[in-house]
Amino acid sequence: MMETILSNLPALQVLLPLLTAPLCFMIRKQGVTWLFAFLATLGSFAIAIDLYREVMTNGPLSYHMGGWEPPWGIEYRLDELNTFIVLLVSAMATMTLVFARKSIEKEIAPQSFALFYTAFLLCFAGLLGITITGDAFNLFVFLEISSLSTYILISFGKDNRALTASFQYLIMGTIGATMLLIGIGFLYMMTGTLNMADLASRLPEVMDTNTVRAAFAFIIVGLSIKLALFPLHIWLPNAYGYAPSTVTIFLAATSTKVAIYALIRFIFTIFGVEFSFGGMPLTAIFLFLSILAVFSGSLSAIYQTNIKHVLAYSSIAQIGYMMIGIALLSTLGLGAGILHMFNHAIMKGCMFMALGCVYFRYGSARIEDFKGLGKTMPLTMAAFVVGGLGLIGMPLTAGFISKWYLVLAALEHGYAGIVIVITILVGSLLAVAYIWRIVEAAYFQEPENEPQGEAPMALLIPTWILALATIYFGLDTRLSVEGATRAAESLIGGGL
Amino acid sequence: MSIVLGLFNYWVVIALMMIGFYLVIATSNLIKKIIGLNIFQTSVFILYISIGKVKGGAAPILEEGTELYANPLPHVLILTAIVVGVATTALGLALIVRIKEAYGSINENEIREKGGTT
Repeated sequence: MMETILSNLPALQVLLPLLTAPLCFMIRKQGVTWLFAFLATLGSFAIAIDLYREVMTNGPLSYHMGGWEPPWGIEYRLDELNTFIVLLVSAMATMTLVFARKSIEKEIAPQSFALFYTAFLLCFAGLLGITITGDAFNLFVFLEISSLSTYILISFGKDNRALTASFQYLIMGTIGATMLLIGIGFLYMMTGTLNMADLASRLPEVMDTNTVRAAFAFIIVGLSIKLALFPLHIWLPNAYGYAPSTVTIFLAATSTKVAIYALIRFIFTIFGVEFSFGGMPLTAIFLFLSILAVFSGSLSAIYQTNIKHVLAYSSIAQIGYMMIGIALLSTLGLGAGILHMFNHAIMKGCMFMALGCVYFRYGSARIEDFKGLGKTMPLTMAAFVVGGLGLIGMPLTAGFISKWYLVLAALEHGYAGIVIVITILVGSLLAVAYIWRIVEAAYFQEPENEPQGEAPMALLIPTWILALATIYFGLDTRLSVEGATRAAESLIGGGL
Repeated sequence: MSIVLGLFNYWVVIALMMIGFYLVIATSNLIKKIIGLNIFQTSVFILYISIGKVKGGAAPILEEGTELYANPLPHVLILTAIVVGVATTALGLALIVRIKEAYGSINENEIREKGGTT
């Protein structure tokens, strides 16, 4: 029995949340559904830790779904990159669920709780599936599972604008996913295979055709919509801004990261560095768009009055940093990009949780609500400031580490590198500006609203775990830097 | 001649794709947007099904005397994609129902006037 379970861990990783989802839908009892969802996520997290250790010591792992040999059957392929991402996603999902129990009481109608957890688990399973699968079409299916449940999750928002935001995302997300489908179709047309490793070995023969170039373009654009690369980001601020706090935490911490993972997988593993960056002007395009993303995201963040929108625009800028890392095309740069995915997930998770605490007390998260919060909600605001310092890139926080490696990687690139370093510096200064507005309101202004007191412990504990993690990963970088570096090495050094 | 007739399926795919895409962008009616999205997705279905065609190939059923089969895999893939498309349409329509309840309109411009975010 035990052995059967252990040998099927990669499948269980995805199946656990996927099968618990309909269970939650059928039980419909408030407390029980939370417990089920939490146990499934926790189990998934435990499996992720185990698989991460396994891959780090014994190298990549291949699991054949249903015993069918690849390339015919679907292969789950675990290497240094995706176990790292799976670990991140499942850890953040667990933290989010701890936060969710109390948070959704104020934001979602009680009769929808079971539906909420069902959609949450489906979204989680989809994200894990995208990360873990070694089959290009399977990736599309999981992408749609996670996307469809994301639209549902966003539409749970109390504000009517959550509905229109969700609809807008549905239209853009479906176009993105369909473009990915077209790209995968072209690849299948040329190679007759869908397995990623098999695609990688067969593509070089047909590389010099317009079909493959078109496939590449469709896949890059499709995934860029999903990961909200400037200028394809317009769905993101509204989706983050009007979704329930719990959903915003989860999306900000995981879903764009997983889309970036998928992009890395296609660029580095399937198409290969030579084609992606040699045959196509990808470095120039990505650098140009990422630098614009940093500037436009940070500048827009300064002018928002809804703090959720501030953080959403800041996410667009941070995605810019990650993409700069990828475009730099060195082990160091790619490592910095992956590291920033990890650190940003923790910092943004922490900040959105602090926002969720404010939202729990005041029912909104406008700048006016923050006035005087330094006195009335000291613990929440302190966590917010820690996350904010991380976002700015202060030393001793996680954000500093990834920006430091990014600067080091950029300096290898001569004049272009100097432009990137300037971008990072100016981006950080702009981050100071938009974080400072909130800090100033919280600590140096008198409250306008009736003070409501500190957030409940059930919300503060997960918030502070992430706040402490922000500091911890700024001091002890063994786990994060080693994980990211080894992931980058496995990609640049030949991949799968 | 063969570039038109020989690739007829693919021309249809391109035409449908552009019609669908144009509809999604140009119309302000949310239902029509969903219809556009459907046409857009359908074009991809036809693309996949066209890939699977093998000239002179029979249906992929094991049978004595038949050597050449059409490739069934793209069809299977597209069955999955059709399910995804149906789910997307259903969800989109459900959202439109709620948008209509909330804003009293399914026209993008009117919703925007009433504070929506499309």
